Amino acid sequence: MHLFLTNFFNISSLMPVQYLLWQGLRLTLLLSVVALPLAILCGLSVALLYSFAGKRVRRFMLVLIDLMRAFPVLMMLILIYYSLPFLGITLGGFSAVVAAIVLNNTGYFSEIFRAGLESIPVSQMEAAQALGFHRTKAMFYIILPQVLRRAAAPLASNSLELVKTTSIAGLVAIPELIRSAEIAQEQIYNPTPLSAVGIIFFVLLWPFSHLVSRLERGALRGRVDL
Amino acid sequence: MHQIIENYFNAQIIREAFPDVLQGFWVTVRAALSIIILGLGFGLGFALLRCINNRILNALIRFYIEIFRTMPQLVVLIFIYFGLPYAGIRLSAFFSTVVALSAVLAAFSAEIFWTAIVAVPRGQWEAAFALGFRRSQSLFFFILPQALRLALPLVTNRMIAITKGTAFGVAVSLQETLGSAQSVMAIKANPSPLILATFFYLLFFFPLVMFSRYTERHFSR
Repeated sequence: MHLFLTNFFNISSLMPVQYLLWQGLRLTLLLSVVALPLAILCGLSVALLYSFAGKRVRRFMLVLIDLMRAFPVLMMLILIYYSLPFLGITLGGFSAVVAAIVLNNTGYFSEIFRAGLESIPVSQMEAAQALGFHRTKAMFYIILPQVLRRAAAPLASNSLELVKTTSIAGLVAIPELIRSAEIAQEQIYNPTPLSAVGIIFFVLLWPFSHLVSRLERGALRGRVDL
Repeated sequence: MHQIIENYFNAQIIREAFPDVLQGFWVTVRAALSIIILGLGFGLGFALLRCINNRILNALIRFYIEIFRTMPQLVVLIFIYFGLPYAGIRLSAFFSTVVALSAVLAAFSAEIFWTAIVAVPRGQWEAAFALGFRRSQSLFFFILPQALRLALPLVTNRMIAITKGTAFGVAVSLQETLGSAQSVMAIKANPSPLILATFFYLLFFFPLVMFSRYTERHFSR
């Protein structure tokens, strides 16, 4: 037990390298704050385009969405970061990570919004238009608020996943939390920084993960009662 | 245009990279299948254990679920590969990847299976009891089949998202699809192997995504 504590929870050895963790936390948060709104916005736009598109375009868009969902995010990042320079396009690590995460999550978010939009009865749109709403206005004032309510659980769960995905940044030399912890661990020959990162993520994300499971439980119950 | 073909679809380099990347792809497939079997198996096991209604057991399982649902897969993987050796536990890159991702999948699927079991209306239990079935019999013959139907779309999505994480094996220098493509790319100074790797990943994951669409359509209502 003592050995376990000195190895994995050695606070005194953590002190000299703690600045690395703070810097990592800052980058992780920064990445999330930049990537999350972008991904949601892109996903929503794709879903709206889908809902206004014709039949053939829809089928094509569905394949694109599925391709994005089938693509491992790390593969996307490596493609962007290591192969685009061969074409003369060089992105910095930070923007490459944001681009990869946004592209990947656009697939997820657009699928969530698309399914949400599809679950709203057509009569809602017809009723709104009968009341004199323009199609776009009806979409924003009447359809979307309902979609947001219905899709709350998957939206929250996917946002949480996105924040967790920012950890891939470490693989292209952006010192976010995990990369910083690895550096710290190499400096002090002790895995305490790794445990610390686990704890930081837990403290940071647990409230959200709790919220997600509550929303999911509600959604599943709703399906049974129907 | 010429530049794109030269750099991304260079036939000669793809031909030379093919054996390596194919070998990597087998590693990916083996890892992914092990993760699916272990993760879903343990997940279902945990969910069933919670049906026993032992307070200590439930608390332990919930603790496990909360931890592994909030940790990024990469954190778990790095901890197992770089942290555990300090405790004298040394796992190969392959096993670290499989153990890490299975642990995460087990946590997510345990929660989904449990939620689904609880979501089956109480009347189903009561009806089974009224017909003279014992608790465990009712669970296995009546409740579980309905719960699995409910859980299938959610579990499939989660399963895909987590097995895609086999690419994180790169972080512990596992020579799977992406890792082997990257090393060929480094030697040839040409990114065509990455396109090959992309092709292999899509070969494996695209059918899974199609399957998840199917489950959503047929088991959601």
